[in-house]
Amino acid sequence: MSEKTNVTGDDAKPVSIWHRALDSDLFHSFIRKPVIVASAIITLAIFAMALFAPWLAPHTPFDPSSLNLMDGFTPPMTANQFSGNEYVLGTDNQGRDILSAIMYGTRISLFVGFAAVGLAALIGISLGLLAGYKGGWVDGLIMRIADVQLSFPAILLALLIFGVARSVLPPRVMDEATVWVLVVSIALSDWVQYARTVRSSTMSEKNKEYVQAARLFGVPAPLILLRHILPNVMGPVLVIGTIGLALAIILESTLSYLGVGIPPTQPSLGTLIRIGQDFLFSGEWWITLFPALTLLVLALSVNLLGDWLRDALNPRLR
Amino acid sequence: MADTLLSVKDLVVEFPQRRGLLRALDQISFDIKRGEILGVVGESGAGKSLTGASIIGLLEPPGRVSGGTIELDGQRIDNLSTAEMRKIRGRKIGMVFQDPLTSLNPIFTIAEQLIETIQTHLKLSDKEARKQAIKLLDDVGIPAASQRIDDYPHQFSGGMRQRVVIALALAGEPELIIADEPTTALDVSVQAQIIDVLKNTCKEHGAAVMLVTHDMGVIAETCDRVAVMYAGRLAEIGPVREVIKHPKHPYTIGLMGSIPSLAHQVERLVQIPGSMPRLDAIPEGCAFNPRCNRVFDRCRTERPDLIAVEENLAACWLHAKEAGA
Amino acid sequence: MSQQPLLKVDNLTRRFDVSKPWLNRMIEREPKQILTAVNQVSFEVEKGKSFALVGESGSGKSTIAKMVVNLLNPSSGHIYFDGQELSQAKGAAFKSLRRRVQMIFQDPFASLNPRWRVGDIIAEPIYAFGLESDKLKVQKTVERLLSTVGLTGRDRYKFPHEFSGGQRQRIAIARALSANPEFLVCDEPTSALDVSVQAQILNLMQDLQDEFNLTYLFISHDMSVVKHMADTIGVLYLGGLVEVNDSQQLFNQPVHPYTRMLLDAIPDHEMTGRRRTPVTGEIPNPINPPSGCPFHPRCQYANDRCKQEVPRSKAVMNSTVACFAAEEGRF
Repeated sequence: MSEKTNVTGDDAKPVSIWHRALDSDLFHSFIRKPVIVASAIITLAIFAMALFAPWLAPHTPFDPSSLNLMDGFTPPMTANQFSGNEYVLGTDNQGRDILSAIMYGTRISLFVGFAAVGLAALIGISLGLLAGYKGGWVDGLIMRIADVQLSFPAILLALLIFGVARSVLPPRVMDEATVWVLVVSIALSDWVQYARTVRSSTMSEKNKEYVQAARLFGVPAPLILLRHILPNVMGPVLVIGTIGLALAIILESTLSYLGVGIPPTQPSLGTLIRIGQDFLFSGEWWITLFPALTLLVLALSVNLLGDWLRDALNPRLR
Repeated sequence: MADTLLSVKDLVVEFPQRRGLLRALDQISFDIKRGEILGVVGESGAGKSLTGASIIGLLEPPGRVSGGTIELDGQRIDNLSTAEMRKIRGRKIGMVFQDPLTSLNPIFTIAEQLIETIQTHLKLSDKEARKQAIKLLDDVGIPAASQRIDDYPHQFSGGMRQRVVIALALAGEPELIIADEPTTALDVSVQAQIIDVLKNTCKEHGAAVMLVTHDMGVIAETCDRVAVMYAGRLAEIGPVREVIKHPKHPYTIGLMGSIPSLAHQVERLVQIPGSMPRLDAIPEGCAFNPRCNRVFDRCRTERPDLIAVEENLAACWLHAKEAGA
Repeated sequence: MSQQPLLKVDNLTRRFDVSKPWLNRMIEREPKQILTAVNQVSFEVEKGKSFALVGESGSGKSTIAKMVVNLLNPSSGHIYFDGQELSQAKGAAFKSLRRRVQMIFQDPFASLNPRWRVGDIIAEPIYAFGLESDKLKVQKTVERLLSTVGLTGRDRYKFPHEFSGGQRQRIAIARALSANPEFLVCDEPTSALDVSVQAQILNLMQDLQDEFNLTYLFISHDMSVVKHMADTIGVLYLGGLVEVNDSQQLFNQPVHPYTRMLLDAIPDHEMTGRRRTPVTGEIPNPINPPSGCPFHPRCQYANDRCKQEVPRSKAVMNSTVACFAAEEGRF
């Protein structure tokens, strides 16, 4: 429609947030797409599984005292030939229950994913706001750093940071901090997207009259950025964040798979896949297949959600 | 009648929405005679642009014509297929939009665009078409048309571009031109020139014009007759002088009074209280009744049809008895 | 002697660097391009009066508005408010000047933060200028302001998108008023609105002027709005003030040829049948303006002097015009 109807607002009564959310266009676009609903349910189920792993998992895979080497290499859904124990998804070489390992592994993968996205978003949003609002040489500097950053493949950068950390930090500290080093390396290779998006939104928002009005009232720049501009540039960040979560989980798995990530004592999904691949060709396919499937389903669902969110929030595609 | 070019009867346009059907145009009826300029005026959301879009079959989905008929030259055009409609567009009905930049393709010269349009509709050789194109540009007042014809759109100023768009609309020698806010993006001094071009060139080429605008001044300058729209309905229609000098519908009266006068000093502008209702909340009876200062019981329950009052037609119960009803 | 003007603008000039980026310029060997958006503009606004600046696109009217409210610094020239120079004021004096001069923007859909509730929007200047910090009192003030502009106190819980364009402009006006200003710069306050809504807003602004003894600087391209609202009118052409006169006088006896053309260009919506000369020509590119008087290529009275010398504002024929033809009586 070329002409927009005016909203009078005369008859509008304050409605609850729940009511507004259920009545929103976003919710309706969501509920009409079965694939997206399924993705959301799967994603939530995996989140719940990871979050409540200590209570849900049938075994505690990282407690050496509970492991029985005799249980090693038990295929899925079959009784172990020595102990007679049965495992839904089988066990690995050390007799760890694959299902429990996946639950705990997803927990670590998701933690790294969320933390990395959070850190990347924090860095990216801050620098993007600064570059977009200040302009001039500040903008030039930040964006050139971003350009340089982009010319390195993310994985290479993460490997580099990880390598530097390993050579700088003493081994004991490094062991404990592995997860955090991983988070930082993923975040540092991922912030550019946020910065670029936030910068361009900021540049268009800062020329809008509501920002000029705030400047007129003498509101200091940091407050204008925080209270006026930030809430209005968060839409695209949400989309990048969702897709970024999938990417971060994959990047974490890749690094762990390459052996620079989470150590086998506390395996993430990537570590599990790596452990399993040694036995792939000796017939113990389940050790690597189930973690890999979990990773695939998780990354796919989150990605689908992100794609849908991007389309649903983009007024031009609606 | 032979001199009626376009006849719109009881046109209804609806937009299916999540919360139900939105009736954006509600039983619009009017005629345009050959060579006549009809103004369609109203506030944003009144449905004036939509009326133009439904005539040329360019309603944005999910909008659709769900009632009434549109006849051009006695032939129904509201039920034509997309391909048939495409033949009519340009050949029988030309279009001029608000923003000249979006109507011109930036990567082709004016000559290429004009000649292509001319040859799509008329059987002319390249040379004849070029001659015709230069003549058209000359007609719309582009100086040194034979040289400027090979320029690209960005080499023209806003006003000159809108002239080119008018030339483009006239290229297929249409009988009707629908101009949607053709001067809104332009400065007043340029607007005055474009109004002249639109008025005179279309007269010379024998094309009738349906001029959609929110600007009463443009209407007064250009049109023979004017239709005033309100909330998707026709409030009043009549000869332009009559509607402006002696409006019959209370909405038109309010609208005329709310425009600041240049001729005399007024202390206070007439203001119509409130604002136009949303399309999903149009009141029962006359759509204007909650804002009307002469409202009575009948207005709140029964929807008025267009009633003849002197030379105008007004959808207002105030005039019911005068018309002998 | 009349009292000192509330706003005095003296030889105000603003240039913009519109060159391409440095690298492109070096490669294409192009010089820097400077756009003079406002060129030596001087005018005064008396307390309680309305002064309007009219002009077409590129006339520099919005740039002047932004400099007056200090959103943009002048390249040269001075702006005095109540005798104090804006650019010299520091600290508390500056803050107080800022508070006393407020602005109403053109687009009510962009001037209100879509994520804020109306109550917070209107309260922002109150907190920013430290007029009141007690939450309950601020709330009372917001409710009072909402009813002043014709809305209800309960509207403060709503978001801007729940209102129509006219209602949003009312909210924007309430926000400007919450700073207790004496001077309002109104940048095309009704050009985004329909005429019947425009009438409501213009009437409201007149009422507010009487009620709060406000002084207005009105920016508009619409001559009929300007005639209705302003006591004095300044006509801008390509960044320069070509004529300043009392509103009545300007419309009855326009002196500068551009003013005459502008008046002739206005559609005659009342169909009075007044006589008009057809308008010719277009506004030149402001980056590369004509020499001498910028209007000379479109002016029927232009002679060699107009092509070479730039006319200065002078009092001629009951008006203040920058025109050699008027000075020399060549009409």
